[in-house]
Amino acid sequence: MTLTVSNLTVHHGAICAVNQVSLTVPAGKLAAIIGSNGAGKTTLLRTLSGLKHPTQGEISWNGENIVGTKPEMLVRRGISHVGEGKSVVPELTVKENLELGAIWRRNNQESKESIENVVSIFPRLGERINQRSDTLSGGERQMLAIGRAIMSKPQLLLLDEPSLGLAPLVVEQIFQTIRDLTNSMNLTVLLVEQNAMGALKIADLGIVLNLGSVAVAGSASALIDDPAVRSAYLGY
Amino acid sequence: MDFLNTLLIGITAGSIYSLMAISMVLVWRSTRVVNFAQAGMALLSTYFGFEAVTRLGSFWIALPVAMVGGALVAALVEMILIRLLVKHSSSGPIAGVAPIIATLGLLGVIRASTSMIWGGQDVRIVGPVSNDGYTINGTTLVFSPLKLLILLTVLVLMLILSLVFQKTNIGLALRASAYSPEIARLSGIKVDWVRTLGWALAGAAGAVAGMFQTVNGNGTLSPDSIEFSLLLVSGFIAAVIGGLDSLIGAVIGGLVLGLMISFVLMYISSGLFFIAPFVILLLVLFIRPQGIFGAKAARRA
Ligand SMILES: Nc1ncnc2c1ncn2[C@@H]1O[C@H](COP(=O)(O)OP(=O)(O)OP(=O)(O)O)[C@@H](O)[C@H]1O
Ligand SMILES: [Mg+2]
Repeated sequence: MTLTVSNLTVHHGAICAVNQVSLTVPAGKLAAIIGSNGAGKTTLLRTLSGLKHPTQGEISWNGENIVGTKPEMLVRRGISHVGEGKSVVPELTVKENLELGAIWRRNNQESKESIENVVSIFPRLGERINQRSDTLSGGERQMLAIGRAIMSKPQLLLLDEPSLGLAPLVVEQIFQTIRDLTNSMNLTVLLVEQNAMGALKIADLGIVLNLGSVAVAGSASALIDDPAVRSAYLGY
Repeated sequence: MDFLNTLLIGITAGSIYSLMAISMVLVWRSTRVVNFAQAGMALLSTYFGFEAVTRLGSFWIALPVAMVGGALVAALVEMILIRLLVKHSSSGPIAGVAPIIATLGLLGVIRASTSMIWGGQDVRIVGPVSNDGYTINGTTLVFSPLKLLILLTVLVLMLILSLVFQKTNIGLALRASAYSPEIARLSGIKVDWVRTLGWALAGAAGAVAGMFQTVNGNGTLSPDSIEFSLLLVSGFIAAVIGGLDSLIGAVIGGLVLGLMISFVLMYISSGLFFIAPFVILLLVLFIRPQGIFGAKAARRA
């Protein structure tokens, strides 16, 4: 299913964080969104998942405008959002965090099967299934956050800086897993990243945000080769 | 014998304070509001119980009637008053003070309404069993079949509550919404309704505390009864001792408070009835400002 954003503008009070953004992510594609601090990446994702209300513009998902729909209802329509900074409930166990992702289905049997699926993707979570999630390492917590999102069987996955604060080797693993999930679950993915190179390498599309507006958009490989993008965001 | 007596009285009174503290904690966890009207709502629910007991003649029917009534009142208060309040005062010092003023105002409204409806004079609720103390080796204890029953009932209710919280999807939704409302919403939980449910549970717990406080005292009920002032103060203090955020903390806070008051009254002076709880609160706050179960450990329950 396709995500189309048209002329989206979002304010925080007087600050315009997202300014007239238009973009399209076709079904089954992985789009990397890159840009410097304060570019409006998090605000864009939060608006897509319904946490933040736009001032103006349209978000079309599966052919319907979803602006104004609450996040708890958007999950039911296949949109899962993993927030910035290890989006897990620290007081709950690994298992409970996973159960949370499928809670709205009210089907414990299905939930159990989904947990088995997540554990087969992230075996580390299986070993720590009854541990409180604040005892996990940063990487494990990020796996859990993604696992929770997968539990609701999404079609659109919004990921906000999953590589934040992780060791290079773990970052590589997480990126690889995201790519694999995109293919195996036929997901549409928006991946917000500071690690621009890593994200563009696994992405189909690349979008550069600058001061709330789309500066460059195109295929990920074209962005990697773009001299302006290279010097501004890839650092070489 | 004195010691045993004091211990048992303390535990019984403490178990009622625990229930009241649980209801404060449930409200705090769902909406971050300290509800000063909690004892007022318990009073109103107890009047519902009184009506049921008078018409139907059975305490065991009246108790669930009071619980359902208390749950409905609390749910309505959350939906009408608290939701509006939270919506319209999102920042600044007023945001912190508004709920306090609103719930204190509500307490006044409830007291006034109960005395309008049921009059200022005492009404009586007869307990399900005798409150005459057991006799052991010729000595008569204060501990009675009624007190034993109260203890057991509170214990059963707490077990049920803890099973609901730990083992069911509703419990998971209640905990997730309290700890991380945003993640709860992103997981598809309708957090607004979960908050109302938290208030409803609190109303039911408060109703039981009110019913038991009444029959455990002299069995009479009036809008400005001392029993209910004590319930308000003790429930609040027990919740704070327990860290305000923890259900286990509330239970332990209530028991500690009940025992300490009981021993102070017995061995120091019975004139300290209303001062003792405050002294205990101050002591706890000096030694552990975050409460016994405060800070990190608090959110575990
Ligand atoms: N809650 C808020 N209140 C006020 N301003 C905000 C709020 N959240 C974000 N902003 C502002 O909106 C702009 C965009 O912020 P946003 O968090 O979307 O950026 P970002 O691209 O995610 O940055 P980063 O890479 O640092 O996470 C910034 O100028 C920021 O200061
Ligand atoms: Mg951000």
